[in-house]
Amino acid sequence: MRPVCSACDDRCVEDAEPTTGGGTPGEPAGPPRLERRPDGALLAGVCRGLAAHLGIDQVVVRSAFVLLTVASGLGIAVYWVFWLLVPPAEDSTRTARHDWVQLLAYGAVAIGLSALTWGTGLGRAALWPLIAGGVGVAVLWQQADRGQRQRWVVPLRQRWLRSLFGLALVVGGIGGFVAQRVDPGEARAVLIATLIILTGVAVIATPWVVRLWQDLDAERHERIRSQERAELAAHIHDSVLHTLTLIQRNAHDPREVQRLARSQERTLRAWLYQPRSDPDRTFAAAIRELAGEVEDDHGVPIEVVCVGDTALDERLGAALQAAREAMVNAAKYAEAPSVSVYGEVEGDQVAIFVRDRGKGFDLDAIPEDRMGVRQSIIGRMERNGGRAIVRTAPGEGTEVRLEIKKA
Amino acid sequence: MKRVVLVDDHQMFRTGVKAELGDAVEVVGEAGDVEEAVSVIRAARPDVVLLDVHLPGGGGIEVLRRLHGSVPSRFLALSVSDAAEDVIGVVRGGARGYVTKTISGPELTDAIARVAEGDAVFSPRLAGFVLDAFAATDVPAVDPELDRLTQREREVLRLIARGYAYKEIAKELFISVKTVETHVSSVLRKLQLSNRHELSRWAAARRLV
Repeated sequence: MRPVCSACDDRCVEDAEPTTGGGTPGEPAGPPRLERRPDGALLAGVCRGLAAHLGIDQVVVRSAFVLLTVASGLGIAVYWVFWLLVPPAEDSTRTARHDWVQLLAYGAVAIGLSALTWGTGLGRAALWPLIAGGVGVAVLWQQADRGQRQRWVVPLRQRWLRSLFGLALVVGGIGGFVAQRVDPGEARAVLIATLIILTGVAVIATPWVVRLWQDLDAERHERIRSQERAELAAHIHDSVLHTLTLIQRNAHDPREVQRLARSQERTLRAWLYQPRSDPDRTFAAAIRELAGEVEDDHGVPIEVVCVGDTALDERLGAALQAAREAMVNAAKYAEAPSVSVYGEVEGDQVAIFVRDRGKGFDLDAIPEDRMGVRQSIIGRMERNGGRAIVRTAPGEGTEVRLEIKKA
Repeated sequence: MKRVVLVDDHQMFRTGVKAELGDAVEVVGEAGDVEEAVSVIRAARPDVVLLDVHLPGGGGIEVLRRLHGSVPSRFLALSVSDAAEDVIGVVRGGARGYVTKTISGPELTDAIARVAEGDAVFSPRLAGFVLDAFAATDVPAVDPELDRLTQREREVLRLIARGYAYKEIAKELFISVKTVETHVSSVLRKLQLSNRHELSRWAAARRLV
């Protein structure tokens, strides 16, 4: 039972190896080398390189540099050292395209923070509100970062709670300034500085949050699509492939091949196009099912057209049995290439026509004791308060017309 | 001899149809998607286009939308689909008829000739859909001339649905074949022009009893 395409099989196994062993599918095994990444850099790519190396978001690294700069000016020095010592990535042949909006935003944050600590001389007093605000921002960042990585694990409610918590901290931080600084003039300066910071943060975060949102959306659609694909694949496997196998085995018997193909076609059609309805309860579905059974038994295609529909009752059940008898007769004796069945519900009047263009017969020549037409069709309809009209003549084909009123 | 363009995304099916049609018509072009169909039909200007309902690039309805009125060709829709909205949609898009892909060679040749003459071609199934779509008495007719079928039209459609050919219908109703054709064309016009709210969608919904 070795698969025919063994080469393909082996390759698949090889491909599967790293993901099953690694535990973090889609990610390379070790962290990338520390190198500058001028592609997509704001200045020289130091932060991008560091972020990639440490495996954290570049926004976090950049924010850290901004904070270091504001606090002591150390950030600038560290950045210079990295710029000089760390080589640029080898594969980055593309020229650096600076994102000026982002750069401006980081600048705004830096200036705003500097204004807070030095310009207004509030450094010490503003420390706690700053820390609170910073923690709030950090939580927001961290939450979004995790959201991207484990978007299907973190429940929605939790994310909302965290967002609220982060927002509360940010607002609390701002509130802290206002509360501590009674002097309205100073408070205004602080507020302006804070606004600048928040604007900067918003500008940094917006494209990223938008991208995250789009990712989520795309993923959801993809998941729905793949579920549909799986269902389709399962269905095709169970029915279509099975039938194709049977057809190959019966290739010598054209009648059987046709029967199999028709039967499969009907099943597939019903699955694709017909509304899911229960053949035990509605008229149109019941006719289709009956026709399918007769088609399967006798190998003659039966075309069914239904107009209107209604719930089944006892009388309609009898009419359906008569219709089945008519279909069987047509399929067995008419020698026609196909049989047409038309069912119609109009108000409480129900009519079924079963027609073939076969050889027809002489109705009067049928002996009284033959059950088929007289008992199973005409007699059954009359017993249930309906009627059956059989139109036929040798060579003219046959049409059986069944009429009955709904109970 | 009628000049025909085949539009279907399955090469195998086009080959099969061509073989079945044989010498009865002249196949002057083939196309496998919407773009190709539009350019082939514009160039060949055939009498009749056999148009698959499901095509890459927007389906048969897109071909109709882009060509209808700008070429003298008439369109006959061909489909394996049983979905009412597909069928009625393509007819409302301008096709002069709809037949299923299981149709036999001679029947298809006949349908092509009929469409080329400007008549309509209804399969039993399409007749059933139309009867369903116009059956409701619960939807008020905005334009009674367009929104209702006459008794005679209804009888003709019913016979088509029962599997009768035009000649058999004429015999059954004691009218001429030409009169049958007139009735069917009139139904086609109503189907295409009636503004009853979303006729096709409604017809589909009605089948979900």
